[in-house]
Amino acid sequence: MADERLPVRRTAKLFIGGEFPRSESGRSYEVFDADGELLAWASRASRKDLRDAVRAARAAQSGWAAKTAFNRAQILYRVAELMEGRRIQFERELRDAGAEDPVRGVSAAIDRWVWYAGWADKIHQIQGASNPVAGPYFNFTIPEPTGVVGIVAPQDQSLLGLVSRVAPAIVSGNTAVVLASERSPLPAVSLGEVLATSDVPAGVVNILTGFSAELVPWLAGHMDVNALDATGVPDELQAQVEELSAENVKRVHRAPEADPFDEVAQSPYEVTAFVEYKTVWHPMGA
Amino acid sequence: MAQAAQIEPSRPLPVAPAEAVRMAVRTTAVDAVGLEERAASLAKRSIKRDAKLWALDLAIRSMDLTTLEGSDTVGKIVAICAKAVRPNPLDPSIPPVAAVCLYPQLVPVALEQLEGTGVNVASVAGGFPSGLGPLGARLQEIRDVAATGAHEIDIVLNRSLFLGGRYAQAFEELVAAREAAGAAHLKVILETGELGSYDRVRQASMLAMAAGADFIKTSTGKIGTNATLPVALCMLEAARDFHRETGRPIGIKVAGGVRAAKQAIQYLVLVHETLGADWMTPDRFRIGASSLLNDVLMQIEKERTGRYAGPDYFTID
Repeated sequence: MADERLPVRRTAKLFIGGEFPRSESGRSYEVFDADGELLAWASRASRKDLRDAVRAARAAQSGWAAKTAFNRAQILYRVAELMEGRRIQFERELRDAGAEDPVRGVSAAIDRWVWYAGWADKIHQIQGASNPVAGPYFNFTIPEPTGVVGIVAPQDQSLLGLVSRVAPAIVSGNTAVVLASERSPLPAVSLGEVLATSDVPAGVVNILTGFSAELVPWLAGHMDVNALDATGVPDELQAQVEELSAENVKRVHRAPEADPFDEVAQSPYEVTAFVEYKTVWHPMGA
Repeated sequence: MAQAAQIEPSRPLPVAPAEAVRMAVRTTAVDAVGLEERAASLAKRSIKRDAKLWALDLAIRSMDLTTLEGSDTVGKIVAICAKAVRPNPLDPSIPPVAAVCLYPQLVPVALEQLEGTGVNVASVAGGFPSGLGPLGARLQEIRDVAATGAHEIDIVLNRSLFLGGRYAQAFEELVAAREAAGAAHLKVILETGELGSYDRVRQASMLAMAAGADFIKTSTGKIGTNATLPVALCMLEAARDFHRETGRPIGIKVAGGVRAAKQAIQYLVLVHETLGADWMTPDRFRIGASSLLNDVLMQIEKERTGRYAGPDYFTID
């Protein structure tokens, strides 16, 4: 009897609507570690996968936004718990991707997730207002989620950078279609597996791996995507993204230039980048 | 209400009654595995660009824009009629649909709204959706709807009689309904989701066609199982065989559960491959649907602009 068993390798797949399909195109691409060794094959998403992801995100959006803010906070906190349980795997993936201090990277990502989870039931207090008006009305303003947010995750910091873009977008009730870092997509794939086993409803976060240049224009041009986080969009595509996004007046937002580990990189304004303000004139007795 | 006066004398049946029942009962058995395989392989046909735009245009022209809710109001019918005539208010190149399909009480509203537009008014009748009310009342409902002026009448096959083996009685009911519908175009709903097997679907198709139906239709949309590709193919093959035998062309209406443009194109492929180009017309092929129209409009928009369309930019029914 040979002691050596066959290795069970993971196929890195897409995460769409709570499921892990391969790309409908059947394509995949090679992912290398920092030393240029082949790490894995990742799915190379096509525009049709992107279309399906947007459809899943749209279907999930109203239900996610309808949950109480407190409940959303609990659900997101649980994601951090599960990330903690997968710490070793995340650390290994960051090490493979060439991170200097993978342990610190994973800790920062989990802490950031918890930090944003806490904002779920607080953003209304700081951004909502009751407004003085000259008339017999109680006039108040509340933030509401923008809808479906496309996120092009940063190419570097494949976990912390990703978490720093996804968590603030979904905490207010948006759903997200995420294009993972093209060079090191594996931490994003693992995050998808964490989300699938947490209580985050299917479709709230959808993660695609593949070539940015192929997918970004379709995401920016999609009429059913309400906002775009263009942080990870390559420089040569930035102008095209702005142009395509203008067609349905998408909100386009980029993360502030800052060291991702720094505290200034986390801010409630990252949450409010993807909310809309609703003002209500409520009649009352004079 | 003045009825009867408008009803034409009955047309001769395509086949003699005794022969009709024999046709239905003795029809050849259906190879279920082969049927499903053929439907699945035809569904994989790739229809792109110009051909896709042509198919989407035909899908709109063949559509029975349907609303069959207990909550339908005059206002909703007015809105749906406007949408039927001009599906995309911003784009006059989009053709009107074939017909609006609704409940009898709302027929006059639709007739008024659609006068002179070329869009037909189709009404369900005859105890829709079960078809199990008293025969006299069901026939009277059909007569009333015909007298109101509906161009097309969708009735249901009496599945209780058919599945109970009382083919002759089911046939006679259909013949009486045909008579009651007068000049109106008659569509017979088989409700294939309740028939249980492809053999039954084929038999029911034969029975309805022999009884003088102008169209046979898959489903009411009121039960869990709606139109499927294999069932539609089964009915198309029955219509093809009936046409060969009697020379009478029968139309096919697919209804229930067709929500995506892609499905509509798959049905068009089935029709083309089974009955040929002569059936690629609203006179011989219909799709009954409500939410399909917006998806088709979105697909047309996508083909034209090269970007994925969003539902926010199309009218809600």
